[in-house]
Amino acid sequence: MIRDTTIGAKLWATAVWAVVGFFILNLFAMIGTVITSSFGTRWLGTWLPAGWTTRWYSSAWSEFQLGDVLIVSFQVVGLVVLISGVLGVTAAYALARREFPGKRLVMLLFLLPLLIPPITFGIPLATVLYQTGLAGTFWGVVAANLVPTVPFVILVMIPFIEQIDPKIEAAARVFGANTFKLFIHVLLPLLLPGILASLLLVLVRTIAMFELTFLVAGPTSQTLVVALYYAVFAAGVRAVQSIDAMAVIYMATTLIWLLVALRFVNPAQIVTRAKQQPAH
Amino acid sequence: MHSTFHASQHGPTLRQRLAANGFDAVTMLVLPAALFLVLLFIYPFAFGLVLSFEPKNTDASWLANYSRFFADPFLYETIAKTLWLSVPTTLINLFLAVPIAFRVRLMRNQRILTAILVLPITLGTVLVAEGLLNYLGPQGWLNRTLMTIGLIDQPVRLLHNYWGVFISLLLTGFPFTFLLTLSYVTGIDPALEQAAATLGAGAWQRFRHVYLPLLMPGFAITFCLSFVQAFSVFPSAVLLGAPAGPTRVISIAAYQAAFEEYDYSMASAIAMIMGFVQLAIVVAVLASRGLFYRGPASGAKG
Repeated sequence: MIRDTTIGAKLWATAVWAVVGFFILNLFAMIGTVITSSFGTRWLGTWLPAGWTTRWYSSAWSEFQLGDVLIVSFQVVGLVVLISGVLGVTAAYALARREFPGKRLVMLLFLLPLLIPPITFGIPLATVLYQTGLAGTFWGVVAANLVPTVPFVILVMIPFIEQIDPKIEAAARVFGANTFKLFIHVLLPLLLPGILASLLLVLVRTIAMFELTFLVAGPTSQTLVVALYYAVFAAGVRAVQSIDAMAVIYMATTLIWLLVALRFVNPAQIVTRAKQQPAH
Repeated sequence: MHSTFHASQHGPTLRQRLAANGFDAVTMLVLPAALFLVLLFIYPFAFGLVLSFEPKNTDASWLANYSRFFADPFLYETIAKTLWLSVPTTLINLFLAVPIAFRVRLMRNQRILTAILVLPITLGTVLVAEGLLNYLGPQGWLNRTLMTIGLIDQPVRLLHNYWGVFISLLLTGFPFTFLLTLSYVTGIDPALEQAAATLGAGAWQRFRHVYLPLLMPGFAITFCLSFVQAFSVFPSAVLLGAPAGPTRVISIAAYQAAFEEYDYSMASAIAMIMGFVQLAIVVAVLASRGLFYRGPASGAKG
């Protein structure tokens, strides 16, 4: 490893860390404000609320029908994870193992929904879903959320499948395994870490996917993040602390899954695998 | 897929000929996902494009939506307003991300830092907007701190104007830009830098003459992806900005056309214009990428 020991280099390093520290400080302070406010009784013009209470959670729970919203959210997320897993892994397998004319075009088809932001393709998508009557329903929300998640699973899984030696599959074929048996007994155990990682990321993304759900959801098919948006949008109707309590519940549901996901994935290696510094 | 002729008389069957070209049962596994995306991604786009040329008012000409967009300042100014938010924030994010990524790549334990930085991405724009409403408010912790240390005399107005959205774009955009940058930076073989250092290159020279040429394509892609995200800003522009004034971004115009005026034709036209502006910037950036070095950078042996 190269070490710069000049004063300039040290000042530069300090400045860089100061920026990082400032960013993280503000981030935590922002999250801290929400949490503090959700437990506070009255908070006007002071550093901290006048007293502490947990009653905003019960009032948020009943005011925003959080029970129903959470059930819908988990159903949507569960189905999205399941369907994008099935569609994504099978397609990724085909793309990792076969060369065929038009493969580049198919890859482009899977790349575009990830590159184009949801709000751009969400508006035409919502238009089509409204015309078919799917919008506003539970299945419309699931379908819309699958548009970016299926390509996501495919792109994460392709390198994962490519690193598995095809000879293992050939050996299983020699011993008479059909495609289904091959998949269940050979591929699935080998691919499980990759599938788990990609589906956890899909899960976290779908909980936080605001735009697509917002554009197609009806009153009974709202997920938590859309309900939170409407609550903040109509601020003044409800107590601020009540909205903050809802925001904390939302944070908790995403962060639990993020913590689980981070045990399996390193977010810094999205594009390339890091070249490790040789040990000294 | 089944051929009706007899194989021995007419040469290879259709199935065999397809398999020779790479189309066999395994290749067909790609079909469900591909069909799904054609149905729910390509078709809506094509439908929206056609619909945008069929104005709600059936007497109007086929270009009526577009001519209305570019004639009405309330509509066409959204492009400039969105660019005025997204370009500076993307550039700031990228210029901050590069030196930080170069520092962090030397860290042994990057996991905690990356975990913290993934937080705003995971929480999403709605939650960040809701948090900033508290934090940046006149009685929020930021203004209190600034007043306590004496930097300002009275609270700075950071909400319901340009700066609220600006800050939220930094907060949610920076981690995304940083993680992409970091993964490009760590993908470069450190042996290249060590070689340069052995030959006596200083830190700035190593960056300028070794890393920068190799990383330029990666930075161009990072800029494009971050810009496209920032350009489609929606919840924070509504909640933190002035959605009728300086932060009336193009996605708000599209949303209002669709869900407040129920003019799906106009909404599709605005969505197409939004997509086109994004595409134009991305193509411009990626075309200039051709001016830089392209070739192996991750070392000969993988």
